[in-house]
Amino acid sequence: MIATLGRYTLASLREIGRISVFITKGVRCCFTPPFYFREILRHIISIGFYSLPIVGLTAIFAGMALALQMHVGFTRFNAEGAIASVVLIGITRELGPVFAGLMVAGRMSSSMAAEIGSMRVSEQIDALMTMSVDPYKFLVAPRIISSVLTMPFLVLIADIIGVMGGFLVATTLLDYSTGSYITQTANNFELWDVLSGLFKAAAFGFSIAGFGCYHGFFSDLGARGVGRATTSAVVSSCIGILALNYLLTALFFGA
Amino acid sequence: MRNIISINNIHKSFAGLHVLNGLSLEISEKETHVILGQSGCGKSVLLKCLLGIFEVDSGEITVAGISVNDKQRSKEYMQKFSILFQGNALFDSMTVIENVEFGIKQSLKHKHLNSKEIRKIAEEKIISVGLESRVFDIYPAEMSGGMQKRAALARAIAVEPEVLLFDEPTSGLDPITGGLICNLLRDTVKKLGITSLTITHDLKVAEFLSDRVSVINKGTVAWIGQAKNMKNCGNEFVEEFYRASNVISARH
Ligand SMILES: Nc1ncnc2c1ncn2[C@@H]1O[C@H](COP(=O)(O)OP(=O)(O)OP(=O)(O)O)[C@@H](O)[C@H]1O
Ligand SMILES: [Mg+2]
Repeated sequence: MIATLGRYTLASLREIGRISVFITKGVRCCFTPPFYFREILRHIISIGFYSLPIVGLTAIFAGMALALQMHVGFTRFNAEGAIASVVLIGITRELGPVFAGLMVAGRMSSSMAAEIGSMRVSEQIDALMTMSVDPYKFLVAPRIISSVLTMPFLVLIADIIGVMGGFLVATTLLDYSTGSYITQTANNFELWDVLSGLFKAAAFGFSIAGFGCYHGFFSDLGARGVGRATTSAVVSSCIGILALNYLLTALFFGA
Repeated sequence: MRNIISINNIHKSFAGLHVLNGLSLEISEKETHVILGQSGCGKSVLLKCLLGIFEVDSGEITVAGISVNDKQRSKEYMQKFSILFQGNALFDSMTVIENVEFGIKQSLKHKHLNSKEIRKIAEEKIISVGLESRVFDIYPAEMSGGMQKRAALARAIAVEPEVLLFDEPTSGLDPITGGLICNLLRDTVKKLGITSLTITHDLKVAEFLSDRVSVINKGTVAWIGQAKNMKNCGNEFVEEFYRASNVISARH
């Protein structure tokens, strides 16, 4: 019993150590040449451009649902007037970044783990090493850089679409007047709400690329190993996102 | 002749499993050497030790006077080699010609070339391994195994290495394609006049390609000599290996 517990603890500690070493190396490689700009561009396109539809869809539904919920809740206190500002704050501070992060994590950290894992299996990583190309610089750094740079843009777009979603539901289904909803939104706009969300987005981008690359890099050999690596990548990057979200919220807005 | 690769008494084990047990091997310049051994005897492990991907537990490996452990000269060390990997290891996010160009761009020897010159060398090498110009801009996944092997060979020779390593060059290919690839490898090595080291479990490949063969058993070199002398060499394991290989090919 104690032996099992000990072994389990040791294994987790080793894993944490391995992740830390990996992340440190990966981050250092983001700031030291050579930079593979073509790779960075390729990942920016696949993360940013191809994630737009799902991020947009999630954001609009989130905004719509939020408006509906708040309407139901606030009529109990006769506070319907606050709905515009709640949608704005809720989307820009929390829902926009978190939903976009989770969706992109599902899409990208799995594909990063699968791509790098199969490169490991098919000896492409060995081939890089024999060409004296540092796999951290060629595989890990471009993914981290592009993910951290692209996520804030995605989230900015998600914010706009999400707020629009709330506006649509409020003005069409719930009889709010268009003019007063817009003035309320404008009056309650705080730049810091948006900026804090964008900072979160960059951190989420780091979690997505970091865990995606990590699990791919150390995936077990064989198709099964790569399959497991993709699953672990999605799970751990999502947990990473939610944990970072709490930490950053506490840091930015905590008492 | 001068030795280019010397492997001296190396040991390597994984969690108590002794894979290499005091293996020593000298390969001279311009030799075409074949390492022959059973599946799982540690051939790929030996290759990875030679490339510095695995660290040896003890013993020494030097190539052209540079030690594998010499961190300062590791880039120079690595660039003595080119490897034709068992699964080709072409980068699947790049087209065929980009694969070859990528190899050239990393090589110290070709540092002064501009992109046009690099493209020209890449095209020449792809043509020289018997591929057509229409494959330049397709991705490795769109090619057959034999074509991928050729493309990988083009990438390997484009950097003008001193030693070419072939890991199971015919595995996964049908006998006719395998034969064509073996011929291509032999001609290429001859034309370039360089050292080559092939790893295989296929006796036919060994007989066809080798100046000398080393047979590996139980983590050491059991026998070393010319392939034609294998049959009556006096070493029990080697003769057994020889007989078994011929029984299988006679049954085909
Ligand atoms: N990374 C590793 N970790 C643990 N054990 C390993 C590792 N790589 C190889 N081994 C073990 O080393 C032994 C030799 O493996 P190796 O791949 O070198 O065989 P091989 O001679 O290349 O066989 P084949 O002809 O089938 O390719 C095997 O028993 C294998 O389990
Ligand atoms: Mg092998």
